[in-house]
Amino acid sequence: MQTTTTLPAPVSPWKRFLKQWGMTLGIVLSVVVIIIWQYSLNENITEAVLASTIRQSTPLVLGALCGLLGERSAVINIGIEGQMLLGAFIGFLVNVWTGNLLLAVFAAIITGAIMGLLLAYMSVTLKMDQIIGGTVINILALGLTGYFYQVGLTTNGKLQPIPLGPLADIPIVGPALFNNPPITYATFVLVILVHYILFYTKWGLRTRAVGEHPRAADTLGINVFKVRYVNVIIGGAIAGLAGAFLTLEAVGSFERNMTNGRGFVALAVMIFGKFTPLGAWGAALLFGFASAMQTQLQFAGINVPHQFIGILPYVLTIVVLAGFVGRTHVPAADGVPYEKE
Amino acid sequence: MDDQQTSEEGSQSFKAWLSALWRVMAIPLAAVLLALVIGAVLLAISGANPFRAYAALIEGSFGNMKAFGRTLAKATPLIFSGLAVAFAFKAGLFNIGAQGQLLFGALVSAVAGFMIKGLPPFLHATLALLAGATAGALFAAIPGVLKAYTGAHEVITTIMLNYVAINITDYIADGPLKDTSGGNVIARTPAILDSAKIPSIGEIPLGFFLAVLASVLVWWLLWRTTLGFEIRTVGLSPHAAKYAGMKVAFTVTLTMVISGFLAGMGGGIETLGIVGRYQPGFNAGLGFDGITIALLGKTHPFGIIPAAILIGAMKAGASTMQFNAGVAKEITDVIQALMLFFVTADMIVRKILRTKAESGEKITLSGWGQQ
Repeated sequence: MQTTTTLPAPVSPWKRFLKQWGMTLGIVLSVVVIIIWQYSLNENITEAVLASTIRQSTPLVLGALCGLLGERSAVINIGIEGQMLLGAFIGFLVNVWTGNLLLAVFAAIITGAIMGLLLAYMSVTLKMDQIIGGTVINILALGLTGYFYQVGLTTNGKLQPIPLGPLADIPIVGPALFNNPPITYATFVLVILVHYILFYTKWGLRTRAVGEHPRAADTLGINVFKVRYVNVIIGGAIAGLAGAFLTLEAVGSFERNMTNGRGFVALAVMIFGKFTPLGAWGAALLFGFASAMQTQLQFAGINVPHQFIGILPYVLTIVVLAGFVGRTHVPAADGVPYEKE
Repeated sequence: MDDQQTSEEGSQSFKAWLSALWRVMAIPLAAVLLALVIGAVLLAISGANPFRAYAALIEGSFGNMKAFGRTLAKATPLIFSGLAVAFAFKAGLFNIGAQGQLLFGALVSAVAGFMIKGLPPFLHATLALLAGATAGALFAAIPGVLKAYTGAHEVITTIMLNYVAINITDYIADGPLKDTSGGNVIARTPAILDSAKIPSIGEIPLGFFLAVLASVLVWWLLWRTTLGFEIRTVGLSPHAAKYAGMKVAFTVTLTMVISGFLAGMGGGIETLGIVGRYQPGFNAGLGFDGITIALLGKTHPFGIIPAAILIGAMKAGASTMQFNAGVAKEITDVIQALMLFFVTADMIVRKILRTKAESGEKITLSGWGQQ
């Protein structure tokens, strides 16, 4: 081991840019090329794939927002899956009881927020191991929804797409971006809103300070516990919204374990997106695109057993984690409970 | 752990040993009781009679010799999955993938059980069991290597691999190795040969004794060997382990491999001793139960045995409860989740019991960035 520190060799800005963004650019370019090529072959299928990409990416980007709000304030949230599942279930039940979709979405958000509060209580106040705390939430959600679930119930209607006037008629992107149900629009807004809050407001600065160096933040009079509680609760609410998307917008009914690992894929999306909302959005779109292609492959009648196509998103998640987690800056205090002196 | 240290000091005082045992057991016991009480409230809310439900649950799990045998049979794979999770905890790793490793163990044991022909009974069963365990170990090597050399967090990789395992085992049992005898249409492999079966002694399955033996071996490995010392050191502080010259990456990988070996053996025993073939869905959830059991058992090999018997009893009695008291089986999942909650959120329980937290018994796992 050398102990002397050497200055890094000067790197041209162009090279540094390539090193930081080269891979992302490459992926984006190849996806765009595939889309345009496909569009020249068959515009209907392309538009279907793009719309499906957006649909598949919505719960992932919401889950990732939930995750990164927590992580930026140094609380690891492994319980996104459970928060989503319970939100989906309660939203579904409220809709079945009342027939009201808006009330149901609201109930799902509140449920997610309560689960967020539970996680914050376990990890901030009780100082439990955060990964075990999140797992408790997952198992609790699976058990509760399994017990209270009744077969054969469906929602009273689903959230319907609202076309945004002439925007919806733009070729290629119109139907995918401007003809969506409300939660999908809300997701677009949330991504930008959370990005703005995290990087351009006082609250965001405090959150990041608490995530990087809680002791210093505390010295400056920031209430570390409060910042963590608020972020984790808001994160939970967003996960609840993702649950509402699943039952009230995408499917219209509830199934046992219907989240199917999305809460965990969302964590990979968050890491791939370098713990930023816009990055996570890009990563989620990539994952969504992979899932959409998977469905298309099945329709195209390519003779691969469906189980092999079914494992693609999971394998992609593992590859992304293995390739990116070491190269991403993780909030320095992530996962460490704060002890006031 | 306390019990072992005090036993080394000799018979200085039996009372000290008892109080140490109480300190270890108080939290899990209180967690179980609290979970049962809340479970009763939930039962009452959903319109059932909690006393009747619990009475039926006990009758179905300990009511007679046959029920007791069923409890032990259910507990057997649970001891293995609990050991798998607890073993990984000792190195600071959270193996949520015990489920996937267990599935591969169950499948490969079944394959070895019907494909290999002409072996004497004892040898065939042993070979099939080891084949399953090895399959689990190999599958667990993937997250182990990824964690050790790339830093990909094992919680996410093992959960993703669980889905991979479900899909691949489903494909094999519904495709290349599907049971085609007698016009069968269900996804399952052919039945294992008689020579591969692990028998029962009376009502008690032989596999249960193997599970107890495995607990003793794990205890020996962790507290009586150099490897065990290294594993526990890595778990307490990877930096200290590295500073002391231990190969942290290698230890992490090996820990996952051994953990997967245990999980795979659990799946194998379930196949060879009870199910008799591989059928998708038959082993669902056993790996996740391992998490609850490992934590209820305070991640100690000897704590896992009673914890697994408790969860096994709930599984064994669930159908009796459904039949006699008209309560959906899934309530046992809720109660189990509550047990997990209270045993991990031990500060809540300690407030009720008015005991102080002990140092050195808290589990810490690694975050994203660390390797």
